Amino acid sequence: MSVAATMNRSGSAGADEAPTVVPMEAKKPEKAAGAPVSVAGGSDGGGRAGEWLRALVRAVLPPLLGVALLIGVWHVATLGGGGIPSPGKTWDAAVVLFSDPFYREGPNDQGIGWNVLESLKRVGIGFGIAALIGIPAGFLLGRFALLARMMNPVISLLRPVSPLAWLPIGLLVFQRADPAATWTIFICSIWPMILNTAQGVTRVPQDYLNVARVLNLSEWKVFTKILFPAVLPYMLTGIRLSIGTAWLVIVAAEMLTGGVGIGFWVWDEWNNLKVEHIIIAIFVIGIVGLILEQMLMLVARRFSYENR
Amino acid sequence: MKKIVQIENVGQTFEVTQNRKKGRFTALRDISLDIHEGESVSLIGHSGCGKSTLLNLIAGLTRPTSGVMLCNGREIAGPGPERAVVFQNHSLLPWLTCFDNVHLAVERVFAATEGRAQLRQRTRDALALVGLSHAEGKYPHEISGGMKQRVGIARALSMQPRILLMDEPFGALDALTRANLQDELMKILAATRATMVMVTHDVDEAVLLSDRVVMLTNGPAATIGEILEVGLERPRDRLALAHDPQFGECRAALMEFLYQKQLRVAA
Repeated sequence: MSVAATMNRSGSAGADEAPTVVPMEAKKPEKAAGAPVSVAGGSDGGGRAGEWLRALVRAVLPPLLGVALLIGVWHVATLGGGGIPSPGKTWDAAVVLFSDPFYREGPNDQGIGWNVLESLKRVGIGFGIAALIGIPAGFLLGRFALLARMMNPVISLLRPVSPLAWLPIGLLVFQRADPAATWTIFICSIWPMILNTAQGVTRVPQDYLNVARVLNLSEWKVFTKILFPAVLPYMLTGIRLSIGTAWLVIVAAEMLTGGVGIGFWVWDEWNNLKVEHIIIAIFVIGIVGLILEQMLMLVARRFSYENR
Repeated sequence: MKKIVQIENVGQTFEVTQNRKKGRFTALRDISLDIHEGESVSLIGHSGCGKSTLLNLIAGLTRPTSGVMLCNGREIAGPGPERAVVFQNHSLLPWLTCFDNVHLAVERVFAATEGRAQLRQRTRDALALVGLSHAEGKYPHEISGGMKQRVGIARALSMQPRILLMDEPFGALDALTRANLQDELMKILAATRATMVMVTHDVDEAVLLSDRVVMLTNGPAATIGEILEVGLERPRDRLALAHDPQFGECRAALMEFLYQKQLRVAA
């Protein structure tokens, strides 16, 4: 990134935003495709507007084509009947579903909005505790080589284990389904944060540490003025990976534990044989994951010093 | 003149691992050198000869494997605020403004004895000394290379060190900026009467800025080959010196050492 671009950070973020927002609008391809054509007819001759429109089309068109291809293949695949509902049928079900996403009729029958929020809450709690423990642990591992040599075999052993294997342990310890699901999220989010933070600490440029030594900075100053800002980009990478995994795992965990949550909802709709709802849930899970990812990317860009 | 740094029979060897074989690499041997208060000394030699290693030893960033190093009569056991370092690549912290970069050093040295307002004033004074008052709110990536190096110098000077240690401070700058900063450095040194030790590979820079030029032989196991006394009057003017026969002699002596006696065969 050039100096000019970073100096005007908010500006560059705004410019970059356009292509990233596009996939989220994938839900309304018909409307989006229809609107620009009519606008183009209306503002004929407006040079700058035309330029802007062309840029918009260039940014929006390829992703739209991709989504259209997906829906087309889906449509063709469901032409011959079978269990999978067609795009049209799914759309109709979605319109009904999203007309009232926040209804409550008993503990096992709640709107999709509540289910998503409940899953997000679990991810938030599990992930938050993992960050509180994982990031300081990463700093310690990065700063003290002995500790890193002690813990590396343990982490290498535990990291590849599927988080769901930890679910029974959570059920045993907490005796309830809800904290067990949160525990699973905790376990799967903590490794990327520990490892990335530790890596960031070991990669702090020697120049900065020499500055710290020459200035005789106190450990606290070294941490706040040098280590923390230098490690922050690595830490944010760890957080991004963690959030991604956590969002993957929560669906599976909730299928097993039940209660309220998007994963449980998918399972419930399978039991009700409402397959179009499952497909809607797949889209919702994907879109929420995408939004989480993009939000963290935005934060990461704000704190990235490497490109300067 | 009082000796501020005494280096006696200092040697530096590093443990190196190459092709999975452990070995020892002798960077410096038998270095003996006294640096006097208020003196400007340059260390010159071909690249890889250990000039930066010697500077790091004086800074206290590394410890010698043999010999004794004293600063003010006390053994150099680590970095200290009386020995400020200006790094070759400026080493400013990219997430702090110029002001905060300098303030970090000021705070460390003077926070115990002075109030906030005084600390801020010291920071401003240091930036004013290098002519950067207007850029105090800027981040390092927003200013030029020469300006970054000035901030580095301001940071070092703000600690009011007894000695200024500079590791090829102007090596990465273009010739015009370099000349400009050399002139300013001479003025600052004259005004603060600080002692300076500078690593350089630039013959003109060594003669212009130094009272003595210490020439190091080629590494490995480099040591002091010759020491040149530069008897030129101060203040020095680069334009007048261009035609000064004494300046020419000093230059010639350095060139002779570097390009005849210590010519690198492989280079």
